[in-house]
Parts: sequence; structure tokens; C-alpha cells
Amino acid sequence: MSFMPIILWSDALVFLLLASGVATVWYIRRREHLLLPWRRVAQSATAMVSLLVLSLFLLVGLLDTLHYRAALPKTNGGETVYSPEVLSVFDKLVEPLRLQTEKTYSAPFALTLYAKETMSDAQGNVLHDYPRLRYGGAHLADEAQHNGDVLKRTLLGALGGLLAGLLIALAGRRWLVQRSLPLRPMLITTLAIAALAGATACLASAYHVLGTDKVGQDVLYLALKSIRTGLIIGTVTTLVTLPLALLLGIAAGYLRGWVDDVIQYVYTVLSSIPSVLLIAAAVLMMQVTIDTHPHWFDTAASRADLRLVFLCLILGVTSWTGLCRLLRGETLKLRELEYIQAAQSFGVSSLRILTRHIMPNVMHIILIALVMDFSALVLAEAVLSYVGVGVDPSMISFGTMINAARLEMGREPMVWWALAAAFGFMLVLVLAANLFADAVRDAFDPRLNRTEGSA
Amino acid sequence: MLTYLLRRILYAVPILIGVNLLTFTLFFVVNTPDDMARMQLGIKRVTPEAIEKWKQQRGYDKPLLVNSAASGAGKITDTIFWQKSASMFAFDFGYSDDGRGIGREIVTRMGPSLAIALPTFLIGLVAYVSFALLMTLFRATALDIAGVALCVLLMSISGLFYIIGGQFVVSKLWHLVPISGYGGSGYDGGMNGFKFVVLPIAIGVVSGIGSSSRWYRTIFLEEIGKDYVRTARAKGLSELAVLFRHVLKNAMIPILTGVVVVIPLLFMGSLLTESFFGIPGLGSYTIDAINAQDFSVVRAMVFLGSVLYIAGLILTDISYTMVDPRVRLS
Amino acid sequence: MSLLKVENLITQLHNGTRIVDDISFGILAGETFALLGESGCGKSMTALSLLRLLPDGVVHAGGTAQLDGAELFGLREREMCGVRGGTAAMIFQEPALSLNPVLTVGQQIAEALALHQGLRGAAAQQRCAELLAQVGIPDAARRVAEYPFQFSGGMKQRVMIAMALAGQPKLLIADEPTTALDVTIQAQVLQLLRDTQDATGMSLLLITHDLGVVAEMAHRVGVMYAGQIVEQASREQLFAKPLHPYTQQLFAALPDAARRNQPLAAIPGSVPPPGSITRGCRFAPRCGKAWALCSEQTPEWTVLEEGRGVRCHLYEEGGRGKGEGKNREADVAESVSGSTPSPFPLPPSLLQVENLQVHFPIRKGILQRVIGQVKAVDGVSLEIPQGRTLALVGESGCGKTTLGKALLQLIPPTAGSVRLAGRELTGLAARELRTRRAAMQMVFQDPYASLNPKMRVAEILEEGMAALNIGSGSAARQTLIDTLLDQVGLARGAKWRYPHEFSGGQRQRIAIARALAVSPQLLICDEPTSALDVSVQAQILNLLKSLQQELNLSYLFITHNLAVVEYLAHEVCVMYLGRIVEHGKAEEVLRAPRHPYTQALLSAVPRIDGKGRGRIRLDGDLPSPANPPPGCHFAPRCALATARCREASPEERNVAATHSVRCHHA
Repeated sequence: MSFMPIILWSDALVFLLLASGVATVWYIRRREHLLLPWRRVAQSATAMVSLLVLSLFLLVGLLDTLHYRAALPKTNGGETVYSPEVLSVFDKLVEPLRLQTEKTYSAPFALTLYAKETMSDAQGNVLHDYPRLRYGGAHLADEAQHNGDVLKRTLLGALGGLLAGLLIALAGRRWLVQRSLPLRPMLITTLAIAALAGATACLASAYHVLGTDKVGQDVLYLALKSIRTGLIIGTVTTLVTLPLALLLGIAAGYLRGWVDDVIQYVYTVLSSIPSVLLIAAAVLMMQVTIDTHPHWFDTAASRADLRLVFLCLILGVTSWTGLCRLLRGETLKLRELEYIQAAQSFGVSSLRILTRHIMPNVMHIILIALVMDFSALVLAEAVLSYVGVGVDPSMISFGTMINAARLEMGREPMVWWALAAAFGFMLVLVLAANLFADAVRDAFDPRLNRTEGSA
Repeated sequence: MLTYLLRRILYAVPILIGVNLLTFTLFFVVNTPDDMARMQLGIKRVTPEAIEKWKQQRGYDKPLLVNSAASGAGKITDTIFWQKSASMFAFDFGYSDDGRGIGREIVTRMGPSLAIALPTFLIGLVAYVSFALLMTLFRATALDIAGVALCVLLMSISGLFYIIGGQFVVSKLWHLVPISGYGGSGYDGGMNGFKFVVLPIAIGVVSGIGSSSRWYRTIFLEEIGKDYVRTARAKGLSELAVLFRHVLKNAMIPILTGVVVVIPLLFMGSLLTESFFGIPGLGSYTIDAINAQDFSVVRAMVFLGSVLYIAGLILTDISYTMVDPRVRLS
Repeated sequence: MSLLKVENLITQLHNGTRIVDDISFGILAGETFALLGESGCGKSMTALSLLRLLPDGVVHAGGTAQLDGAELFGLREREMCGVRGGTAAMIFQEPALSLNPVLTVGQQIAEALALHQGLRGAAAQQRCAELLAQVGIPDAARRVAEYPFQFSGGMKQRVMIAMALAGQPKLLIADEPTTALDVTIQAQVLQLLRDTQDATGMSLLLITHDLGVVAEMAHRVGVMYAGQIVEQASREQLFAKPLHPYTQQLFAALPDAARRNQPLAAIPGSVPPPGSITRGCRFAPRCGKAWALCSEQTPEWTVLEEGRGVRCHLYEEGGRGKGEGKNREADVAESVSGSTPSPFPLPPSLLQVENLQVHFPIRKGILQRVIGQVKAVDGVSLEIPQGRTLALVGESGCGKTTLGKALLQLIPPTAGSVRLAGRELTGLAARELRTRRAAMQMVFQDPYASLNPKMRVAEILEEGMAALNIGSGSAARQTLIDTLLDQVGLARGAKWRYPHEFSGGQRQRIAIARALAVSPQLLICDEPTSALDVSVQAQILNLLKSLQQELNLSYLFITHNLAVVEYLAHEVCVMYLGRIVEHGKAEEVLRAPRHPYTQALLSAVPRIDGKGRGRIRLDGDLPSPANPPPGCHFAPRCALATARCREASPEERNVAATHSVRCHHA
């Protein structure tokens, strides 16, 4: 075999999430009343456009989650030896981006490095000039062709993208019409994304579209790789938050008494510690553990990955209290409702009342909290990584990108592209998530969809 | 009222003990006092004697939670946990690893923290509430929709961007105010001191506008749908009078829930702003301590934070009695 | 000269659905005009349209309204502010929600005074106190500075009226002003409205669903159905001879003693949602007299005589069976002759309750010590025989719901005994209790809160059977579910649907089926029809009655509605502040009440025949059960009270073999 599939801890959790997501969709599809609010979401143009953008991010993230180790050409006595470097399918797809590294900084679309260097030309004269890049625009013999070439590639790429987009749109049109989804905005978005992606792909094959960073890595590649980190922080954390908040919240609200006292005590203690401090303390301790046990990890990637998983765990443990309090309050209200009392008068067990009556009726709160939290978590990752308690410095993420680029703020002229790329990608991701979350909240929050004009 | 306060303060004690226990466990479950000593003294030239000495100097030469060697109450009291925690409740924070008094440090650093955090909080509150009221007044018009869209956009932007972008534009391009630093404690630096704090404050206000204004708008809209608002309109009050005299006063109740609790925490400063702008406040103190893995300082800050948080909760309850005549503390 | 003249008023949703569809009526100065109709008919929207206070998403789409010479829909918003609270004031259904909780009542009244009378400062304070005194609030000068939460429900509605009077309006719009209030308080508020009208000469637009209130208050009546006025007449005309089939059936659906032994003439189905019927008469699907034309052609407004009109094909030129409207008196007489008292031999007792007490502790102080008890149920004894109905009557807050839940052991009783079929229920362990639960079930008040919205009807019905191991295997249970749905009059297909797909009445049927699923002997019905419209209430009462005959069920019927008691109950207990003050056969208690409270309660009910039985006015409110008055709890409100009443609590005394009273004077 020429490669060995690797399932990192975070990959496993992503697959778990994916599986439960698919199961949930399957479950909901068969139940009309659960489907109803989702239909409302589907009617909203902003929601569907954001979903389209989000699914693009998701696609990149998922491709980047399929990890493997390539086989090395040399064998160890017939046994295949695998490279210690863990790659993903996404890495393979954009291999040129990953491998074509320059010496150091270069601006977007630049032909030369950012800083002057002393070098000698063919005649042996010593010059002090901007050296040409190894890859970026290397196919151009004459620098004068630069603008024309960029324009040509943009147009060609956009055209190709548009064509591909049209094909996708035509294929998907029937499906959209059948479900009476907002057709026009979704088509326009598809075409726009396709054109943009086409142009970028066409340009990226010859230039560093977003420049390169200090060690010459392509910034576009870094930004795309950051997506997975952001998505994992935003989703896997909920995997921890959810069961804690749900179980403790409804148990406290329904059972009352000492159970309520204990749970309230625990979450008051947790929420009274400033969350950054709590996270920092926990992350530092994890750091120490990881540092003292280097033998646990066979690759650098698996070490960074475990740190990421633990970061999610820590974020989850520190952030369940808000949702828990919300669920407890809602359960307190629900338990006074007559259908709960009807169940009690049949002698239905507490466990059954919790799972059959209370849980389904707080699900909308959980869903709203989850989609709202996602964007907050993506933003928090950047801040935590800046403070030094985020992901492993070797892991590509928005936070580490910003942190590295920030140090170059003072240079003249400024190295702005890495920062711009990180903030730009983050903005699109978070904005799409926020817009989608808004639509979900509007569709699910019973307080927001009061029936109109009842006399 | 007094009984109520007394009860709340009594309730705070077990919570603070819990907080201490938690931070203590977090630190020592993976990091024995020996590890700490080794880290402080440098890995290379460390001898067992040096470690013992370091531990003894700082009071880490005792068992962690239970001292089985001691007798009677000493089983509990003659431990690192007890020794380090009991003094906390008297607000005696001990010394940081570089030997400076933490209590003293906190007192001197509180000023700069407050100089940034308090104006940010006050200006922000007024700005957010006004913006939200404006959107509510023009609800369901283009202005409202544009306002909400702006809010969503603003809250989708990373807080780091506001700081970095703000620093860049204001200080570097326009050369208006210094990029970072602090002119002196409080405002006694006059114009000079003011120059240093104005940018962090402005950035602090702008970065919160999206989420806060939108949240307040939701609260106002919820209030405006209530029956008493219809009564006020049926009386012949104008929309503006309804909004300011009736809705605002009722909306203060949910707004206070989120706002008052952070007032005491203002003392803690802002981690990000302070470290970016080089302001010698408690926020940057905390970050430095985190990076230096200084347990004493982090623990002190955690303790201080929880005390202030609990104070905030009590303050919230008291503030309810001021805006809501139905609430009587008992 | 009309004070208000509304012509062709149309109010609709943004999507064009008409909520108020082409309404015209007029109100003379000093007159009371009642808009009568069930919920969802557009009554409130009509009123809100007139004051231009429509909620977001609902707009005025046509028609005119002249108020005191001004065209309301032509005014600018500034001028309209002068009309609201000035020429026309409005009071609402829920006084508890309609006052601003964080402003004193004085401040809220002063706002109206400043706007419409130009009064400020001390003069305004003075006038506030006068207004509060005028609406019958004792100690008005002091209470000006109090907040709404310090007033009881009835007092809040008085404050609302005072606020409305502040602008000296020529028209007062009262939107279900007494629906949220207890019957004795309702009588006070209606009296206050009549007195105020006499004193000020203002007109009243009264919106209500209650025929009794109309009979007591209105000069003229407009009957609304599905957004339209279907009949308009003077009160005398309407009550003597209702013309529109809807009005006729509304009267026929009212329960009372005369109809005891026959099913009520319930109107099938429920009010259609706005916009659902576009062709033909909107009442046709529920109408007993509809023929082909009714579902094809929309009936026009037909004027029959001065001030009387109807929207029905029956009365149109050449309409079939013109003047078919029966005399209502004759109708009633018919049914009376059909009723015969039923001399049952007294069956054995099923439920025996002795000295039941439910107390809730009041805690205070640092250690949350118990400093007192709320005696929600304070020593209640009662008995229900097999197959009979005992009605438990009382105003809100008297402890009747708590009693019901304590019988089911949903709330643990503090003391006393509850024996069902001779076996004690109190103090049983959860496991033992479960085996007894099947025998006693409850039907709740709010059909919207009593069914889990996330469960199918079949799952709802099956839950009790599963918990109590009834029916072996799921096939047997499915057959049982089909039988149950047949019994309560729902289609079998209903079991695969979710509660939100059903109307209020249908949900209440599901709730009854759920209770019946475990074959109980006793049903505790906690105000099962108070959230339903009159026409639907009749359906449910009929169902309960036929189930009782079919299954020999016993009912404990908790209610505040005396008409329902008269129709349904064999025996009656009247409850006041946790104690039963009068107990006897329905005829005894309702025809010859002995306790002053029962007498007051009966006299407070508005009667559609307009014949009150010498009104006994009850002052004040129900005292708090946390701090009940010493001696007889009723003494502070009782006209007969003497020093003895205020000292010693009266013992239960038999005034007849089956009739007992707790009163020193009985």
C-alpha cells in the first residue's frame, strides 16, 4: 500500500459528529412536526445562502480531516516505511500550494520577494535588488507581462468556474424547485462562488494569490488549512458541552431538591471563575502533561492534534454552565405544565418523563444555543491562541496566523496580507454562521413566531 | 435587606472554597511542587537540595490536601491547600514567584485597569442602548434592517481585528495617538495620560456594539409587544413617550441582569486590550502570570475574579430592587 | 345622532387575509353597544382598528369610522393621539398585564391627565385620587402611590377604568373587561361601568363572548362570526327572538338546569380561521339550516326593520323559510317539560375524603426557617358515589385545584385521608401508589398545555397504558386506542397526528381519551371547559355526560361556572379559602342556598333572562390564604357577620338530610 490511513483523535470526533448529524437528519425527515421549523429555515434566502457558503467551508474541513501517511520509497527489509509526516486528502489536492514555498515574505501576486537581497547576476555583478520568486510567476520571462497575465488568468479561471457553476446549477435546479427553496439567491451565490473559486484556482497555479509568510509558505494554503481548526473548535466543543448541559440542566430543573443544589453549586463555582483564567489554567496544565510525556505521540501532528482535542474539551467544560442554567430554567417552567402532571398521575417514571416529555421540548433551546455558540468559539480560538493558551503553535489556525503576522506590523512597508487573509476568511465563516444561526433562531424560538393577528 | 445580604455572603463561602479547590487541583494534579521548583530553578542545574529549599521558602514542603502525619485539626490545616487558601479569605495573597507582594501589585495595577475599563463600560452602555432604542423606534423599516445587518457584521469580526486595525489606522496612518503605553496612573498625566487611554476605550466600545445593541434591541422588541404598551398607546401617548417612559424602564430589568454583574469585574481589566496597548493593569498582569506559569498570581487572580463575580451577583439583586418595585429582598 | 359610525371597516393581514371583513355599525351617545362572538371572530381587532392600535402585521384596508364628527382614518398620527384616551378610551381583558408594572398607578393615570386635561403636579395628584375614589378604590389618596402588583385583579381593572376616565371620554371601548375576573368581581366591575355611564353619559362599546354580560349591559348587540357581523338587533329583540342560525345555536348551546337530562345543542366544529372560507356563508359548514345556496353564494346584509339586520340567506328577499326564527321562550319551555327529576337509589360511595389538609410552608430569614403555613386546603371532607358528579365550586385562589391534585397525590397532602374504593391512598410508597393510579385520572383546564406537542396522539394515549401495564402487547393497545378515539368522537386516523393539528375542543377530547385509557372509575375534571368557546363547551359537556352514562364514571368537576354545575352536577360543594362552606344536592344548593357566600355567588352570575334574583353585592376581594381572617373566613365580606363570626369558625351543620352549611346564621 502506498499510504496508511491515519485517524487522529479529532478526526474520530468529527466522524462521530458527522454520523450523529446524518442520523439526526434521517430522524427528522420522517417526522413532520420536527421538519416544520426547518422548512421555515429553508424559506429564508439569507439562511440558504449562508448554508451554501458554510458547506463550502465544511467541504474543505472534511477533506482536510481524511489523514494518511504516505509510504516512503525506501523499504525496511520488505516492510513499507511510512513518512512521519501526516497529510490529508486536502493537502494532496492542493499539493503545489503546499510544496511551492518561497524563501520568505512576498506580497500577493508578487514576482519578487518582499525584501532586497544581495545577489549576483549572470555576469557576476553584485546587485542589491528584490530577487525573483522561485515559483510565483516563474513562468513569466518578462516582468512587463505580469499584469496582462494576471488579468488573463483571472478571466479564464472565472469563465471556467462560471461554466462549472452553471452545470451544477442546472443539475440542482430541479431539486431546489421541488422543495420551493429560494431559487434565485442560491443560483447567484453558486455562480459567484464558482467564478471566484475558478479564478483563484487558475491564479494560484502560477502565483501566490495571498502572498507568502515568513518562511515562504503560501498564505492561501495556510488560510484554507485554518478552516479545519476553526470548524473543529466550533463543533467538537459542543460535543462536550451538550451532554453536560442537557443532563445536568434538566435533572436539576426536574428533580429539584439536593440534586438541584449540587448542580447549581457546581455551575456557580465554574462560572464565577473568569473563563479566560480557567481556560488558561487548564491549558497550561495540559501543556505541562504533554511536555512531560513526549513518548505518547509518534508524530508531531498527533501531538498537536491531541492538544486541539483537549482544548475543545476544556472549552466545553468551561462553557456548559450558561446553557445548563438556561435549560434548568426552562425545565422548571415545563415541569409545571399539565402534560407533565398528566404523566405523573399515570405514575410514569422520572427517567421516562425526562426523556419523553422534557427533552424533546427543550431541544429548540439547545439547537439555538449550539448554532449561536459556533461563531463565538471560532472567534475565541483566535484570541486564546494569541494569549498563548490556544492550539499548538505548530498547528495552522487563524489564531496562530494572526499571532505570527502581528509581529510584522511594525515593518515598513507593512506585511498586511497574512493578517488580511486570516481576518477575511474568519469574517466570511463567522458571518455566514451568524446569519444561519439567526435564521434558525427565528424559526425555532416560540417567542419570536407569535401567531399573527389572533383576535 | 440586611438578612438577605448576610445570607448571600454566607452562601459565597462554599463557592469560594470550591473555586480554590478547583484551581488547586488543576495545578497540582499534573504539576507537583517538585515540578514547579524545577521549572523555576531551571531544569539543568537543579539539585534535590535546591528543590527542597525552594519548596520550604514558599511553603510547598507540606502534603497537598491531607496531612496524615499531623494530628487533630492539623491533618487538614497543615497542608499546602489550607495554608495557601486560608490566607486568601483574608485577602492576603502572598508573594509571586519573583518575590513581589501580589496584594500590593494588585492595588497599584487596579488604577490603570479601571482607567480603561470603566469609561469603556459607561460609554459603551450609553451607546449600545441608544443605538438599540433607535432601531426599535424605526422597527421594521429599512433603517432597522440596516442596523441589524450592521450589528451582525460587526459581531462577526474578531476582537483582535478591532485592536490591530484600530492601532494601525489611528496610530500609524494618522499619527493621532500613541500606539501603546500608559501615561501615568489615572488621569494625572493630564492630556498626556488621556492620549494613551482614548484609543483602547474607543476600540473597546466599537468591538462590543454589534452583539450588545442587537441583544438590547431584542429586549426592547419583546417589551414593546406587551399589553401595557398597548394601554400606554391607548392613552394617547406618542411613540417616543411610550418608548422612553414605559418600555425603557421595563427593559432595564433584563438589561441589568447582564450588565451589573460585570461592574465589579471591571477591576480585573481586559486581558487583550491591556496586553496589546502595554497598559500596566491587572489584565496584562494576568497574561504575564499565565505565560510565566506563576501559580500564586494566577490563583490570586482567580480568587479575586470569583469574589468580584459574586459581588456582581449580589449587586445585580440589589439593583433589581431599584428598578422593579415588585422585588423585595428577603 | 350617532357618536360613532363605522362603515364597511376592513382589517387584514399583510398577506391579504381579512380578519375584520366589511363591518358597519353605529353607537348613539350614552348607548351601550355589545359586539358578541366567540374567540377568533375579530371582535378585538375591530376595536383596535378603530383606535388605530393594530399590532404589527395587521393593517386597516378600507372603510370609514366617524367618531364625534371626526373621520378617524383621515387623522394624522398627532391628532390621533388626542383621540386615544381623549374622545375614546379603551380598557382590556387582562388587567394584570395591561398596567405598567414599574410605574405607580398614580403616575400612569397622571400621564393621561397631562395629555388630555393639561393637569400637572398637585392638581393632577388630587384628580388621580378623585378618579380612584370614583371607581370605588378605598383609601384612594394613599393608594395613588402604590404599584399595580399591590392591587388585586378586580382592583387593577378599576384602575384601568379610572385611567380611561381621566380623559373624560365620550366613548369607552371595553374589550372583554371581566373575562379574567371571578364572577363576584365581575359583578362589581359591570356595576361600576353602568354607574359610570349613568354619571357621565358616555357611550360604551362592549366586546364580550358572554351572553349573560350582554343581557345585563347592552342596549344593542352586534353578533360577530368569522370577521363579519351576522346579526344586529336591540337587546330585547335578540333575546326574545334570535334570527341568525348562529345566534340561535349559541343560545341553545348554553348549559343550564332546564336542559339537565338532554344533550346540549352543540354547534359541530369550530370557528374557521380567517381567510379559510372565501365562498358562501362562513357559518354554512356548521349550520343546521344550510342548503346548497349557502355554500355557493355569500349572503348579503338584509335589513329587516329599523335597527335590525341579519346576514343570512333565510331572510333575504324570497329566501326560503323566511322568519323561521323560533321564539326562544318556547324553546326553553319545551325542554323544561322534557326534563324529569331522576330518583336514583344512592349508589355506594367511591371516593371518601376526610379532613384533607394541604399546607405550604412560608420560609424566611437567613436559615429559611418556616414561619407560617399557607393553608391551601384546610380540612376538607367529601364523598363521591359511583356514577355521580360532584361539582366543586369556588373562585380562583380558593384551593380547588390544589384539592384536585392532592386527591391524585400529585401534591402530597399534609394530613387527612383519601380513600378510593375503600383503600387508603395517602402515605403510600410510590410503587404501591402506582397500582392504584389507574382508578383515578384527571382532565386539565388548558387543552394547549395538557398535551405534549412532541408526541403523536397514539403515543399520548399509550403512555398511561404502558406505565400502568394495561393491555397486553402493542396490538392490543392499538385496538384499545381505536376504541377510545371512537368513544370521544374523533376519527381513528387522528392517532398518527400531532396535537398542534387539532382545535381546542378536539384536544380536550384527546385529553379525555388519555384519562379513559386506563379505565378509571373517577375523573377529576379541573375546569375542562373554561378555555373553550360556548359552542365547543357544549360538545365537551355532552361527551362527558354520555361517557358517564356509558361507563358509570364518577366525576369531581372543579369549576367556577355555575351554569355548567346546574347542567351537570348531582351534588355541589362550595369552597371558600380552603374550606367547604356549603354542601348538598345540586337542586338544594343552587335553588335554596343557605350560606351567604353561595347566595352572593349565585346572584353575581349574569343571567341571559336578565332576571337577577335580587342582587347581593359582595364587597372586596378574596383574602390571601397565607393570612386568612380569624373566625369565619367569609366574615369580612359578609353582610350578616356579627362579632361571633369574627371570633369563632362555624362548624358544619346539617340543614337537611343531604344539605350542610358552615355558617353561624344558617
